Amino acid sequence: MNTVLLHSPALIVGLPIFAAILLMVVSRFGEKVRAVVFFAGIALASLAAISLAEQVLSLGAVRYVFGAPSPAAPLVPPDSGGIPVRILFHVDAAGALMLLVAALTSVAAALYALRSEERASGREYFYPLFLLLVGGVYGMVATGDLFNFFVFLEITSLAGAALTAYRIDHGLAAEAGLKYAVVSTLGGLSFLLGVGILLARHNLLNMAALGARIDLAGFGVPEAVAMALMIVPLAMKCGAVPMHQWTPDTYSRAPAPVSAFLLVSSQASLYGLFRIGFSLFGLSMDVSTVGLFVVILAVLSMFIGVTMAIPQHDVKRLISHHAVSQTGYMLLGAGVCLAVLGDPEKVRVFGRDALAGSLFHMMNYAVYNGLLFLAAGAVIYRTGTRNLDRMGGLGRTMPLTMACFGVGALAIAGIPPMSGFASKWVLYESVFRYSPLLSMVAMVVSLLTLASFVKVFQAMFLGPQRAAYAAVRDVPAAMWGAMAVLAVLTVLLGLFPDVVMQRLLLPAADALINQTAYTMPLGGAQ
Amino acid sequence: MADLFAHMPLVVAGLLLMIGLAIALWKRNLIQMLMGLTVVEAAVNLFLVASGYRHDAIAPIYTNAAEGARMVLPTVQALTLTAIVIGLATTALMLSFVILIYRYYKTLDVNEVRKLRE
Repeated sequence: MNTVLLHSPALIVGLPIFAAILLMVVSRFGEKVRAVVFFAGIALASLAAISLAEQVLSLGAVRYVFGAPSPAAPLVPPDSGGIPVRILFHVDAAGALMLLVAALTSVAAALYALRSEERASGREYFYPLFLLLVGGVYGMVATGDLFNFFVFLEITSLAGAALTAYRIDHGLAAEAGLKYAVVSTLGGLSFLLGVGILLARHNLLNMAALGARIDLAGFGVPEAVAMALMIVPLAMKCGAVPMHQWTPDTYSRAPAPVSAFLLVSSQASLYGLFRIGFSLFGLSMDVSTVGLFVVILAVLSMFIGVTMAIPQHDVKRLISHHAVSQTGYMLLGAGVCLAVLGDPEKVRVFGRDALAGSLFHMMNYAVYNGLLFLAAGAVIYRTGTRNLDRMGGLGRTMPLTMACFGVGALAIAGIPPMSGFASKWVLYESVFRYSPLLSMVAMVVSLLTLASFVKVFQAMFLGPQRAAYAAVRDVPAAMWGAMAVLAVLTVLLGLFPDVVMQRLLLPAADALINQTAYTMPLGGAQ
Repeated sequence: MADLFAHMPLVVAGLLLMIGLAIALWKRNLIQMLMGLTVVEAAVNLFLVASGYRHDAIAPIYTNAAEGARMVLPTVQALTLTAIVIGLATTALMLSFVILIYRYYKTLDVNEVRKLRE
């Protein structure tokens, strides 16, 4: 057991990728074997991720050195001239938060996919790709190495694009997949160029060591260029305005369980953005300018996302536009914290809470927006249409799906006691101290979100029953179970925000704010 | 002038980057657009390799190397190799999407491949 715990950082990435390869080998033995290997890969990786997160939260950050005689080998070998030559995984409280999010949502999405993709052909490719997507996300949030981050970013992009296009859908899904792939490739290359500039300048790839070095050597023009080259593609990949055009196309055309987990892969990009903004550059850059820039992006995302969502008739497209708007909330809290990072007093009074609120919203969003995608997918699965105008009265025949969608809709609109309310409340309170206007904007956006979801809920589930859907039944148990897991989580996160805040979110926010805690053991070697 | 010559790889990488971006953004044919992306990729790879170059240096292999010999940096070479492999995979994936799109839409024109918006 101790060995498993010790190697859990390697297992979270290794298990899904191994299961993906194993699936290619055993796929000839039939659907049962495939499904078992697929679900076992996801579930075991989740267990490893949860135990790793638990270990990090109770005992402190974990560093895992690859390619060393033992994973706890000295981070900087004595004969390396002060350079941490090996690749390490570095999981602190912020990483642990992301691991938990990915672990919970991946299990729900995989459970759902077992039934929802049952009728589709080519499942022998669907399962391995999904496992690669999950493994890539774990890698992105666990790695402590910039180039390694790029590799995992590309793995998630490739798997995500392939899964988006997986149903082809008369070419429509292929178009969405191509769009996602082109955007990801351009973004990935830009990120790689930024990494190359930093490497050429400082001869380091390790984020912690690099952070300490930049802090020491000063933030010059090359660092500024590298920062822009790295932050812009990550903002693009998490779906922030003005580079959000891919999100509605990709999320709406991907199969429902894929959309639900693509959200988490976008969150992993957002996590990368936070890591680079706070831990890598942190106070060595002009935080108030960068913070203000992020806040502006956030406000635009919130507003443009929700206004684009309101006129939509395609239910998945509508939810996807809301995803852009919700990303704005997460950027808002982080941007405010970044903007006041230079002033310890302001950080203590509201900056820390703003960042914690933003992380809280990230967690909630992954759960409730995933739930909305799954519930919308369930309706599409039974009715065969994604057009809101053609639905109606489904509440009578699909009560379980209606209940789950209702929970998700209340959460996204920020209605108590759902999780969305708790995180939005933390954000309103803390952002108000920075600028009351921003808080007002966030509240108005929340109202518009509510209006939009009232319309959707009414169009889908209420009203007279349609003759065409009179024989429609509720979805199979596996799909309903997956939605129920996420719905229960949404309610629990909303009912016990204090526990989550103290145990998980404030430590995570501190891990990001406190740059030296991240860089310390490696920075000392310089 | 000598200075420019010393930085030639970087200049070339910059030029390639601009040419590639121009192709990717302005060409209307999907395959040509992907070719532009590949050129951008080549530019980034060239930049990476060039950043590890040292004048009058040998390959970074310690066996039989003279004492205190100057060596080029090996890390960037390993990175470039990885980046090339990733680039190959993304290009292959995107080309397969293009094949699918052509099969269903019967066109490769960027302006006509936008059924998602309708």
